[in-house]
Amino acid sequence: MATTADPPRVIHPLHAVLLAGALPLFLGGFFSDWAYTNTFEVQWNNFAAWLIAGAMVFTGLALLWSLIDLLRGTARRGWGLSCFLLLLAMFVLGLINSFVHARDAFGSQPQGLILSVIVTALAIAATWIGFSSLRVRVRP
Amino acid sequence: MKRISLPAAAALATALAACGGGDNANLAQYGDNPQLPKQQHALVPSMKIANPAPWGDQRPAVPQGYVVTAIATGLGIPRQTLVLPNGDILVAEGRGGGEPRLRPKDFIAGYIKAKGTTQVKSGNRLTLLRDADGDGTYEGRTIFADKLNAPYGMALVGDQLYVANQDALVRFAYRPGQTRASGPPVTVTELPAQINHHWTKSLTASPDGRLLYVGIGSNSNITERGMPAERDRAVVWEIDAATGAHRSYATGIRNPTALATQPGTGQVWAVVNERDELGPNLVPDYLTAVRDGAFYGWPYSYWGQNVDRRAQPQNAQKVAAAVRPDYGLGSHVAALGVAFSAPAMGARFADGVFVGEHGSWNRDQPSGYKVIFVPFRNGRPAGPPVDFVTGFRGADGRTRGRPVGVTVDPRGALLVADDLSNTVWRVTPVGGPPAAEAATTVPPPRADQPKSATPY
Repeated sequence: MATTADPPRVIHPLHAVLLAGALPLFLGGFFSDWAYTNTFEVQWNNFAAWLIAGAMVFTGLALLWSLIDLLRGTARRGWGLSCFLLLLAMFVLGLINSFVHARDAFGSQPQGLILSVIVTALAIAATWIGFSSLRVRVRP
Repeated sequence: MKRISLPAAAALATALAACGGGDNANLAQYGDNPQLPKQQHALVPSMKIANPAPWGDQRPAVPQGYVVTAIATGLGIPRQTLVLPNGDILVAEGRGGGEPRLRPKDFIAGYIKAKGTTQVKSGNRLTLLRDADGDGTYEGRTIFADKLNAPYGMALVGDQLYVANQDALVRFAYRPGQTRASGPPVTVTELPAQINHHWTKSLTASPDGRLLYVGIGSNSNITERGMPAERDRAVVWEIDAATGAHRSYATGIRNPTALATQPGTGQVWAVVNERDELGPNLVPDYLTAVRDGAFYGWPYSYWGQNVDRRAQPQNAQKVAAAVRPDYGLGSHVAALGVAFSAPAMGARFADGVFVGEHGSWNRDQPSGYKVIFVPFRNGRPAGPPVDFVTGFRGADGRTRGRPVGVTVDPRGALLVADDLSNTVWRVTPVGGPPAAEAATTVPPPRADQPKSATPY
């Protein structure tokens, strides 16, 4: 059992930053939504809106990167597609979440909190898959 | 966010708004019992912004037997007018507000909404218009006072001219025939001005002139800037003209954009703009007699006990105490002017109020963009409204003007301030016997003024 060919790069460093960057922002959005529903302090709603907006910048660029990877065929088979689909789901739900957070005062809840939970979970999954396994399994 | 996802967000907003435009039928929302549909929380609120165009040869449409002329153009955003006893007209010009942008939404919505308003510089002044020979042409034009801070409401009581700036109620001494204030104004009292989301300060005076009423709008649509920002907001203040002391005359009255004192009874009436983002047919703006001590629901509920759960924490006691307004004007019409009529306006329009409707921005099917007449009987609204000045929004979908303040000249004219084309329009009965007579028999400027000339 010996590997001869160079293993393909798992993820480009910049793509990694974009992918991983969305996670803490969506997570912060979720915590802010949680705080808002518990305190009715409207500033938490503003924080959530901005954190989600920031996460959308990272998600959008990461999504674009994986799409290009897919089209150029440089993505790892399977992983690349799963990562792209997760990012697509994050982008669509994140955008809906942005619009929900544009509603005034408590009009953003409880939908905002629910969506924040979902996009945070998706961000964890996408980051996990995107970063996983530097090992390359080679058939005997 | 600002650079990258703005175009995407805007594109999606348009797409979503396009498929969500189903429930836009105009409901019957006039009168004391308007239909109130279920609340809708659209993903993207509809926005249909006025698409401005110059008037060119076109004119607003008025009923048969009336004629409309532009008596002043090129103003610095005219909002409200006041007819002085000698027939001179004061025009309050300016743009206030300027609240900081707080959320991603504020950047997007602010940019879109600005497309439907004038871009000229804020006048921050009072312009005086004079028709010395009474021929209906206001050939005289002087700046009565300038360097004011977004003046809006005006009232003349005896020899004192009161002006409600966006941050203070001030007064000038006024002599009949004066074309320029003799000095800077004296502050009667400061007015709530922090943030100033709804910045317009409307004004009227009690018949004896001892009390002044100032309408102060809420600091948000529905408390999205927090409850502390709503201290002394969404209220009508009663101010002692002599001392400047005030008390809250009415509360929970979201944005009382114009006040008028009813001739005869001395009752204060208001037109009030209600909350947004509950759908195209919620919540109707309204005309109401402002009752002493009444709570009108904002932010907890609307039109009585219809709870708005966006305002949290809720207050069941306040909801139970909320009174219903007198007369619905329709949702999102943005009523910004109200004036009691006079017999000189002609028999059909003698008893009632005129209401200037600036027009909607968050509704697929535009509403407002006209001046209506609400007929009164026995001092109360009676019957459906009648269109009085229309055509501000053309059949081509372009908007040429947006009415704000309306004022009745007791000599037989309705003045309409138009803050999109920066014009003051004057509507008179054709060959108007009362107008022409009054104009010729009253040589302006007149020295023997009646004591009070509040903008009835």
